[in-house]
Amino acid sequence: MAVIRDVMPAFDLLQPDTAAEAQRLLEQNGEDAWVMAGGMDSFDWLKDRIKKPRVLVDLSGVEELKGIRATGDGVEIGAMTTLTEIANHAAIQRDYGVLAQAVELVASPQIRNQGTLGGNVSQDARCWYYRGGWPCYRAGGNICYADTPVGRNREHAIFGANRCVAVHPSDSAPALIALDAKFVIRTPKGERVVDAEDYFVGPETDITRLNILRPGDLLTAIRIPAAWAGAKFYFEKVRDRNVWDFPLMNVASAMKLSGGSIDQVRIAVNAVAPRPMRLKAVEDAVRGKPANAETGEMAGKIAVKGAVPLQFNAYKIPLMRNLVKRAIVGAQEAA
Amino acid sequence: MRLIQWATSPWAQSVPTHIAWGLIWVAVIAGLFFMIVHSLYLIVVKLPKRFAERAAEASAAGIPERVPRHTLAARLFHWIMAASMLTLLFTAFLPKVGIQFNWVLYHWIAGMVLTVSILYHIVHASFFLDFWSIWPDRTDLRDAVNRTMRFFGKDAPSPSKFAKYPLENKLYHGVVMLAGLAVMVTGLFMMKRVQTGIFTRNPYLFSDMTWGLMYVLHGLAGVGFIALALMHVYMGIRPEKLPITKSMIFGWMNRDFYLEEHDTGRWAVKGSGPKAKEGYAARDGD
Repeated sequence: MAVIRDVMPAFDLLQPDTAAEAQRLLEQNGEDAWVMAGGMDSFDWLKDRIKKPRVLVDLSGVEELKGIRATGDGVEIGAMTTLTEIANHAAIQRDYGVLAQAVELVASPQIRNQGTLGGNVSQDARCWYYRGGWPCYRAGGNICYADTPVGRNREHAIFGANRCVAVHPSDSAPALIALDAKFVIRTPKGERVVDAEDYFVGPETDITRLNILRPGDLLTAIRIPAAWAGAKFYFEKVRDRNVWDFPLMNVASAMKLSGGSIDQVRIAVNAVAPRPMRLKAVEDAVRGKPANAETGEMAGKIAVKGAVPLQFNAYKIPLMRNLVKRAIVGAQEAA
Repeated sequence: MRLIQWATSPWAQSVPTHIAWGLIWVAVIAGLFFMIVHSLYLIVVKLPKRFAERAAEASAAGIPERVPRHTLAARLFHWIMAASMLTLLFTAFLPKVGIQFNWVLYHWIAGMVLTVSILYHIVHASFFLDFWSIWPDRTDLRDAVNRTMRFFGKDAPSPSKFAKYPLENKLYHGVVMLAGLAVMVTGLFMMKRVQTGIFTRNPYLFSDMTWGLMYVLHGLAGVGFIALALMHVYMGIRPEKLPITKSMIFGWMNRDFYLEEHDTGRWAVKGSGPKAKEGYAARDGD
């Protein structure tokens, strides 16, 4: 139980200088190792004494994991690049504005100065039953405390619930999915590159993880292809207060228009399911149609098909319908 | 190694949550150990069969070439149960050893199939088959004692031939029945904890302690089935048992095997003598 604050349990602190060394240490220590990027998620777990790793691998000294580099086909962002650096980067603002907008809405300036892109996409669920150290499914137990008639589930999932109903809390994840980003993972078997949407896993596959990283794996970079550079973007985050808060829901879209009609589109939402959701059915439905209110209306209706609200989060259905509509037509036209 | 995983409930009580998953490997090793020991036993110290001769075998002339053993309904039940059981084992334990997939859906569907097939079997075996044929009787127990004494070199009468099922089969059935009922009953309650569309979800049906014990019982019976399934498959493919395995596919065993292994008095088949019940064999089996 989360009763002791501020005094972390003892662990061996390992501070590698290179990605290779970091990955080797993670591989060496397997399940006993905890990988720490900016520490924004890690310190909660450690100070609450809920997670008690034997070894902590601190990536803050690995310079090669930091920075934004132009590649032959877009940009590569090191996993340890801070959210502030991404939000302020001229090329990101110019070509991939949806990502700049998304990371600028994460938490607070102080947290964005310390938090990293790799950490933001790899952070753990924020369900308070889980974070409180209760033995729920995600913690290896056999119950979901949030999915009961009296459970506090206002922030929880309307899609993809499978025993656990926690949602993925990342703001940058839907933007990266909209940009068709690739996640570069260093594994014991070599480098692995996966599509952004495939980086995340739901509880039906693995209830104790939110992403595909296994012990010994290290997320090193995120590559954004040039294909979507300069497209029409939209990002919106809805939260209870306008700073330092996780999303109740967010939406990101990237669109290419041709004569007023939607030629290509990618759209993703987060905080509605245990993993960020790419809305392929919506993409298919709006392709070739004008980017207007009528199309947005249709997109919104398609987006919420199959949603199953819990006791206290039915509001998420009209919220999602409207956010998707706005992502298609832009906030001003949707009003 | 701890046998059970414990957790602290929101009310600060220590409650069981699961079995320790290391028991999966204990069950696998137990199953493999049985196979190895049994194989070595048969190779190294196999004793010659010494069944008692019985007068009833004078009626062997009336026994058909193909002795009916399992009805089509009984065979269908067996294979449906086997398929659902294997599905349950793979969906339950593969994710625990690192092979991740959407296992819960397939697991509870297979569990429902198993439950329906078991309920069918209970009714079928109770009212349409020879219910007592699968339960140990006095002869089985007496022969077991005699066989044990003879194994240790003591003087004891030669055991009878088997009835329809050898004692080992009957004991195996008993263990499977207990483990099967345990996973079935606990599994049905556990469906109240997950979204299935069949039951309204209610995780507060029992206390955390009761739920925990239920999960532990489900897990223990489940890993027990790993060893039981390994033993069953092993026995099914042993050369000397193949006629029995084939009878579970085709429904009959050949006359020679029947006369060699089974007591025509204890398991009478159609036309085998005046004491045989008319049409008995065609109805008998499981």
